[in-house]
Amino acid sequence: MGVKKEHLPEFWKNYEASFKEEIPQNIADVSFVVLDTETTGFSLKKDRMLSIGALRLQNSSILAKDAFEVFLEQTTFDEKTVEIHGILKKGKVKRIQELEGLKILLKLLENNAVIVAHHVGFDIGMINEALIRHGMSKLLNKSLDTAVLFNRSLPRVKRKTDGHYSLDVLCEEFNISKTDRHTALGDAYITAIAFLRILDKLKPVSLEKLLKKDRFWEFWKTF
Amino acid sequence: MKNTISERIADFLKTFPPFSNLMKKQLDTLSEEVTIIYKEKNSFVFNVGESAHHQFYVVHKGAIALWDKEEKTVLDICDEGDIFGLRPLMAHENYRLTAKSEEETILYAIPIEKFRPYIKENRRVADFLVESFASNTRNPYDKTNRGQLLGDALQSNSKNNTPLLDLQLVDFSGNIVSATEQTSVKSIAEKMTSKGIGAMLIEKEGLPIGIITDKDLRNKIATGEHSISAKAKSIMSSPVITYPTKLTITQAQMAMMKSNISHLVLTEDGTVHSKAVGILSKHDIMLSLGNNPAVLVKAIKRTNKAEEIKPLRNGVMNLLRGYLEQNIPLTLTSKIISELNDACIKRVVELSLEQMDSGPPVKFAWLAMGSQGRSEQLLHTDQDNALLFEDVPDSKFDKTRDYFLKLARFITVGLNTIGYEYCPADMMGSNPKWCNSLSGFKKMTSKWITNPGPDEVLLSSIFFDYNRVYGDKKLVSKLSHYIFDTVEQYPIFLTHLASGALMNPSPSGFFREFLVEQDGVHKDFFDLKLRALMPLVDAARVLILSRNIPDISNTWERYEKMAELESNNKELFLACSYATKALLRFRTKQGLANNDSGRYINLEQLNKEEKMKLKRTFKTIKQIQEVLNVRFMVSRIR
Repeated sequence: MGVKKEHLPEFWKNYEASFKEEIPQNIADVSFVVLDTETTGFSLKKDRMLSIGALRLQNSSILAKDAFEVFLEQTTFDEKTVEIHGILKKGKVKRIQELEGLKILLKLLENNAVIVAHHVGFDIGMINEALIRHGMSKLLNKSLDTAVLFNRSLPRVKRKTDGHYSLDVLCEEFNISKTDRHTALGDAYITAIAFLRILDKLKPVSLEKLLKKDRFWEFWKTF
Repeated sequence: MKNTISERIADFLKTFPPFSNLMKKQLDTLSEEVTIIYKEKNSFVFNVGESAHHQFYVVHKGAIALWDKEEKTVLDICDEGDIFGLRPLMAHENYRLTAKSEEETILYAIPIEKFRPYIKENRRVADFLVESFASNTRNPYDKTNRGQLLGDALQSNSKNNTPLLDLQLVDFSGNIVSATEQTSVKSIAEKMTSKGIGAMLIEKEGLPIGIITDKDLRNKIATGEHSISAKAKSIMSSPVITYPTKLTITQAQMAMMKSNISHLVLTEDGTVHSKAVGILSKHDIMLSLGNNPAVLVKAIKRTNKAEEIKPLRNGVMNLLRGYLEQNIPLTLTSKIISELNDACIKRVVELSLEQMDSGPPVKFAWLAMGSQGRSEQLLHTDQDNALLFEDVPDSKFDKTRDYFLKLARFITVGLNTIGYEYCPADMMGSNPKWCNSLSGFKKMTSKWITNPGPDEVLLSSIFFDYNRVYGDKKLVSKLSHYIFDTVEQYPIFLTHLASGALMNPSPSGFFREFLVEQDGVHKDFFDLKLRALMPLVDAARVLILSRNIPDISNTWERYEKMAELESNNKELFLACSYATKALLRFRTKQGLANNDSGRYINLEQLNKEEKMKLKRTFKTIKQIQEVLNVRFMVSRIR
């Protein structure tokens, strides 16, 4: 299994090389990449990504052009999750190879972008599994979990100990339209707006402080 | 690659000019170039003097205020779909205004270079921009219009509904009261007084030969020219001036002016040689014109049957429509309309009393509850009422109540005849529960106040807004004082009432989305009554009860009183008063336009301004609810 080091794809090398520069501390300068994956199920080992949606968020702005959503060809398939995301394995949408999808994603994640996702550990875990399958390593980016940050943004008495909030809860809390819920990019957009609202509440002075608030970060990484 | 984000941007933009003039493909391409920008409350988009950005902005959600140089005055507020920051780009100059978010806002920034080609190739886009620059008020919600919240967007389409007076046929009374030449003037005068009419027709062999009016009695009898025992023949005007029944209002007015008379006799063929079918007075004409509340009140007082009040109520509605069109202040409008409604109800009570075999055994009062009680009922809605009678010895109680129940049944039937639907919850004086003696009502209300559950709170919220329409004032005031005293002893009741007032959360969440109904026949409609009016009405009731102020049942008057009492909250209370009026006006207009109660609003039918104006009241609702929450410590019972 896997590809030998010297056969690593070019895009991975570029990705890796882009991490040399220091990550900016001023929140407005940080390039956040908000992403979401739709998968065949919840097992990191057995299940596969069906689509990836991601967008770049910097200085409270999202450039529509930068956002993308790809649908991946997969052989693993779980009928039960089709009900959630509505993606059929051989649906009508145009599909690309997983490797191709990873390439597009890594391009966006270059230069120390900070990954933001709802229950980010799962999405990163899925992506890492895919990267490893294709002979690459785990993602190098730092990450933030909107579920955890949301919990932190609440008054202490209202916080949940398990920190589990569905994206729907955030939609309701922030009155975000659910029109595109359960599409990868739709969920990514919802997550992005929720993230901005949470930032507004937390008002972190630096990226470091923000990462600290995301207490489960290290824990999720072991996922 | 699919891009849900740019698709949604396009979906949004296509509903607003000038983007609505673009082809789908153009819009799709443009949308891909958009940057979505999130602004916290009170953050700047640009400042005066700053060089123009390479993009202009469309508000997606939230609101942006445009301030003048010194940030002293807001010149414009941009809401959903509004464009700003475009003119400096076109004129190649720096920003002349400061743009700052009024609340959390999401903007779509559109690069000017990507948009410019469309201005050149699409004339309608160019026209729109020229026009909006020229008028300088793309958003009509500018300072000059601010006073006219919920103004006249509906005006243009309702104006044509009133038929031209020239074509409107006169409505005349068919009940002719007549006498003969030989009838004495005295008995004619008596009959005219008892019938409440201003003229008596004199007939001979079934044909009209003369007429005697109030004026004749004054000029010919009261002056002593003729004696009171004179016969009709000696003072009547003869021959009579007759017209056919198919007469327009204008023709009738002309005829009266021409002959300088106040009454026209209408006959079968329009000549004196056929049977008289009606008498038309100046007063009838004024009524047909329907623009005079005094005339309507007089007419209501003159009715002999509930059926006769019904057409007068149509006149009231016409009056209302006219007032709303002319933007007469709602305070005045509602006062007049409520007076007229009260006059109708009063007359129904009087007529019902006439139907009874005997007079009332003890003093009583007829109370209007709910919106009629608050004088906020402009449209016909359900009847909510109660009958309160004086205490009687136990032995006489059943008999007394039976009398009043019977009376109440006459009244409620009468009210139904004139257009008030029966109350589906049977909160009517004809229900033994709502027809009770003073101590009966005292017992009931003190039970509510001391054991306030959700039902009791609901009942209180309807009943406590009562207003005496007919009957004994002292009796009602005794009940009011009792209620206020009891509330004072059980302050926890206020907490429950406040909690009830908070049952309907303010109508918007973040970004001021409308909360629409989730299911039922009114799915996706906005419930104006429940979501916007009731929270304000309920809050006012709690506040005024807590201040122990009886005798003000009207919501905006309650807020005005509160503003007077609490100067530190003056601004909020006045905003509440204003919001209530604005919402009521809005509801009434909607109701008149759709011929319903105006309660459920189809948001799709509203134009953008109307939506914005509605939304502006929501902030106030949210604030007053926060005040209630804190003041009455609602959380301790939740």
